[in-house]
Amino acid sequence: MRQRVQIPMPVRYLINGVLIVLLFLLGQVLISTGVLSSYYQKILLQVGVYIIAAVSLNVATGYLGQLPLGHAGFMAVGGYTAGIFMKNFPIKGMPAFVLAILLAGIVAGIFGIIIGIPALRLKGDYLAIITLGFGEIIRVILLNIDTVLGFKFTGGAAGLMGIPKYTSFPIVFICVAVTCLAIHTMMKSRHGRAILSIRENEIAAESCGINTFYYKTMAFVASAFFAGVAGALFASYLGLLVPSDFGFMKSIEILVMVVLGGMGSMLGSVLAAAVLTIVPFALQSISQTVADYRMVIYSVLLIIVMIFKPSGLLGTYDFSFTRILEKLINRVGIHDGVAKKGEKSR
Amino acid sequence: MLFLSQIINGLQLGSIYALVALGYSMVYGIIMLLNFAHGDIIMVGGYVAMLTIAAGVHPILAVILAILACVVLGVMIDKVAYAPLRSSPRISLLITAIGVSFLLENLAQNIWGANARPFPNSSIIKGSAINIGGVHIGNTAIVTIAVSLLSMVVLTFLVQKTKRGKAMRAVSEDMGTAQLMGINVNNTITFTFAVGSALAGIGSILYCCTYPQVSPTMGSMLGLKAFVAAVLGGIGSIPGAMVGGFAIGMAEVLVRAAGLSDWTDGAVFAILIVVLLFRPTGLMGRPMTEKV
Repeated sequence: MRQRVQIPMPVRYLINGVLIVLLFLLGQVLISTGVLSSYYQKILLQVGVYIIAAVSLNVATGYLGQLPLGHAGFMAVGGYTAGIFMKNFPIKGMPAFVLAILLAGIVAGIFGIIIGIPALRLKGDYLAIITLGFGEIIRVILLNIDTVLGFKFTGGAAGLMGIPKYTSFPIVFICVAVTCLAIHTMMKSRHGRAILSIRENEIAAESCGINTFYYKTMAFVASAFFAGVAGALFASYLGLLVPSDFGFMKSIEILVMVVLGGMGSMLGSVLAAAVLTIVPFALQSISQTVADYRMVIYSVLLIIVMIFKPSGLLGTYDFSFTRILEKLINRVGIHDGVAKKGEKSR
Repeated sequence: MLFLSQIINGLQLGSIYALVALGYSMVYGIIMLLNFAHGDIIMVGGYVAMLTIAAGVHPILAVILAILACVVLGVMIDKVAYAPLRSSPRISLLITAIGVSFLLENLAQNIWGANARPFPNSSIIKGSAINIGGVHIGNTAIVTIAVSLLSMVVLTFLVQKTKRGKAMRAVSEDMGTAQLMGINVNNTITFTFAVGSALAGIGSILYCCTYPQVSPTMGSMLGLKAFVAAVLGGIGSIPGAMVGGFAIGMAEVLVRAAGLSDWTDGAVFAILIVVLLFRPTGLMGRPMTEKV
């Protein structure tokens, strides 16, 4: 028997690295040659922000199998952290923004621990509700903290204004790539397998010696961290943050992306986030009435997908370029005449 | 005296929450589903009442129509969206419920506009306020509390004394065994949705009379708070939902009376979190055990 060809790990990393760089260069060329107008660039940035938000929620929903409904709360924490930091930090410019993004992630992660430790003791619906409660409390605090403190901190209902706008294609692209890479490598490690085992059966996982509480918190914090990053990018993209932006509806919007794409599929989250962000703009350019009904269409889609394909459109399928490459190489190898596998698939 | 009138306010708001919480609790008790769309059924009820009165229908008939509309909507939601998912994982059911809630809210927004509209409360509850020993009690408060209490008594009778109620209790205890005993489970679930939605309809009219306006999103906050009430009382438990409703209404009014009206939503959710942490099954819920 011939051995199946396997691409060694360093080569895999190299191939993926080259692909990412090519994708980045493509975007840069499209922007610099003016193929993508500034309007399209704005949409592209929003797509990036929502991809990070959806992929991060996917960690808690798809991989861990819980249903947190307060994801927008973490985005709000990240966004406000980054905004307040950038407005008050003496150094301006890119370094401050990078620091702000990191800080936003860390603060959101700390909130993830604070919320996760009590919330993750509960299961299913109760966890959904308690995270919803925390999300709403974050919003209420952001809205009213100024009157308690007596000085301008979050800007209250009027919002946090004058955040420097640094969000640009390269930084969003890097953040998306790093987020996907970090989550992917985490899920492929033993920690990731522990998290998946909790999704499959918590009691069985625990009896195999997995510290379920630790791993649940870990996944939850990772989810919160990247939501904070998305929030920071969002803050510097808009330049203005309003607490009502981060209500229950925003959490649901991100959840719709994850669920439609397929819970547990990173590609699904990325595609759904991209499509669901672009579609409203596309509809708007067609006709306003159709655009008005987009939320109605979303919700109908959500119900239909749940009834007919509860695991989401892509299920847990994930895209791997090297896997496809390996398949191709093996397919070619079949022609040398060993296995009959090739016959079957034709 | 001021304190006493705040108590009356709390009872008034609490009785509405209790009515809505009952719907949540009954549905949860029977199919373990958090019916997120429950709050939006209330919104639809409010709109139906407002529009029929505006169309010149007699207020009493309009109220009945609104309650009927809620019942039909509730049963329809169950048949179309939840029934196909009876055997699927709970998380899909929950997401579907969120989808239905989302759908109703956005449909209402597109059909009736996003702005709040005034509700003709004076044509439903007539008469002026009365004074008892210097305490000023609004007419709406009396009607609200009386109607809610009456509904709760009727519900308790329905659940405890009738055959239907017995079937409901049996199905919520153990669906499979109930089916083996010859209970039509699907009919019982539909009946539960109908009763829950009727209570939502009554709650909707009372709520709209207390805060005389309707808007597409009015149901979501009311629904969430009623849900908190249901959890506080112990979800699945009918007396628990009543107690929880009154407790949340009272808490909200007291927070507002303390001059912290901006924080009422936060306070309600803080109560929820504290309850879930220290007594996840609520005040009157049955403890959950997990079988391997």
